[in-house]
Amino acid sequence: METKKEPIIIINDLHKTFGTNTVLNGFNMILNEGENLVVMGKSGSGKSVMIKCVIGLETPDSGSIFVMNKEINRLEREVIDELRTEIGFLFQGSALYDSMSVRENLEFPLRRHTKKFGKIEDTTPLVMEALESVGLANAINLMPNELSGGMKRRIALARTLILKPKIILYDEPTTGLDPITSKEIILLMKSIQEKYNTSSIIITHDVDCAKAIANRMILLIDGINYIEGTFDELNASNDPKVQAFFK
Amino acid sequence: MISKFIASLKSFLIEVGEISYFAGRFFKEFLFPPYEFKEFLRQCYYIGNRSLFLVGVTGFIIGLVFTLQSRPTLQEFGAVSWMASMVSVSIIREIGPIITALICAGRIGSGIGAELGSMKVTEQIDAMEVSGTNPFKYLVITRILATTLMLPLLVIFGDVLAIYGSYLVENVKDNVSFQLYFNQVFNILEFSDIVPATIKTFFFGFAIGLIGCYKGYYCKKGTAGVGKAANAAVVYTSMLLFVIDFIAVFVTNIFYKM
Repeated sequence: METKKEPIIIINDLHKTFGTNTVLNGFNMILNEGENLVVMGKSGSGKSVMIKCVIGLETPDSGSIFVMNKEINRLEREVIDELRTEIGFLFQGSALYDSMSVRENLEFPLRRHTKKFGKIEDTTPLVMEALESVGLANAINLMPNELSGGMKRRIALARTLILKPKIILYDEPTTGLDPITSKEIILLMKSIQEKYNTSSIIITHDVDCAKAIANRMILLIDGINYIEGTFDELNASNDPKVQAFFK
Repeated sequence: MISKFIASLKSFLIEVGEISYFAGRFFKEFLFPPYEFKEFLRQCYYIGNRSLFLVGVTGFIIGLVFTLQSRPTLQEFGAVSWMASMVSVSIIREIGPIITALICAGRIGSGIGAELGSMKVTEQIDAMEVSGTNPFKYLVITRILATTLMLPLLVIFGDVLAIYGSYLVENVKDNVSFQLYFNQVFNILEFSDIVPATIKTFFFGFAIGLIGCYKGYYCKKGTAGVGKAANAAVVYTSMLLFVIDFIAVFVTNIFYKM
């Protein structure tokens, strides 16, 4: 018998407006432990804003977000920083620091989040472990401008993994990559989930990515969670708004 | 026409308010730990080292040109022997600080604006925040402090080379010795020339760092935004430098009259 998994992220009635543009209009969501939740929606529908609210990069106008039982908008900066060691974030454009080598990019969060690991004298074993898990151990001394798009995405993933987070938020992980590299990234995401037992929110437009990785899906339309279900359930829906994503 | 003017005035005042808020945040945050010493020293090295050659060459050429241009007029009045005094006072009080600051506004201010702007649009600043680092402390405070401390040193370096350039012209034209020339320079210079001129360079450096960081940190999305941030950093800083210079001279005059 399958044990019921605990919710690790709970979003209640989230609202966010930029000027006159309302992007989130009462969005609700629950992410359970060990689950891969895919959120799909049109460009500008507020998907990225929603996960940025989860990690505290954006402040919602109203509503609440609980991450590991802590309401993120009521926390002091230091507590949020500590909580962020448990949340990895893969940015859409990888967001590697241009002026730092791959090693320095990976060491940066490690040297900052000293509360989780203490002060580490030799970071090499942790850096190598993270790079090996994305298959790029030989890129340790390269600069970001020497990497391809797919390699950048993998290194960004390694930087996310180095803190051994419980939750990973993926912001369009396969956007801008060729189909073969996209498949490699999807396989990598699956292997990471199996190896580290992470819970993930994956923001994507990529139906193949959603099909491969989703335990559950949410369609974000008009600022709300329009429909929820498994990939097959949503794919079988007769609703034209839902079908527009799967055609 | 009037409504357009009011709209421009309003956006100008809003921008002034935002820059003031940004400056206030700098003073609020730089007093409290954590301090990013390593990054601060790295920025000092980059800002000082990268501008040294440019400031040196410009200062030297200004000294040469200033002396060559002034010579005929002084000769007409039989006052060539005052050359060292005139050049040194002009360079130390005004030309050295303002020219060096303008060069640094173009070199450093635009560089900071473009660098932070590019980090903003590629989400590197957000990534830094997620990594448990306060990007304002790491990127902004270190750069503003570095420009504030490095600019006076660059100005002193530029001033020395400008006066040396002037000496070379005098030496070639009138065979004036190094000792005689620099004796005249140090005889005429007073604390009231050097101290206020040096103090205002700290403000120049602060303005260069502040505007460069502000424009980059709040850069609008897109690569066009990065270019605009770099450009605006130079334009705004150049204007602000002259305003600071005017205020500095005004305050100095009041102070010395008292």
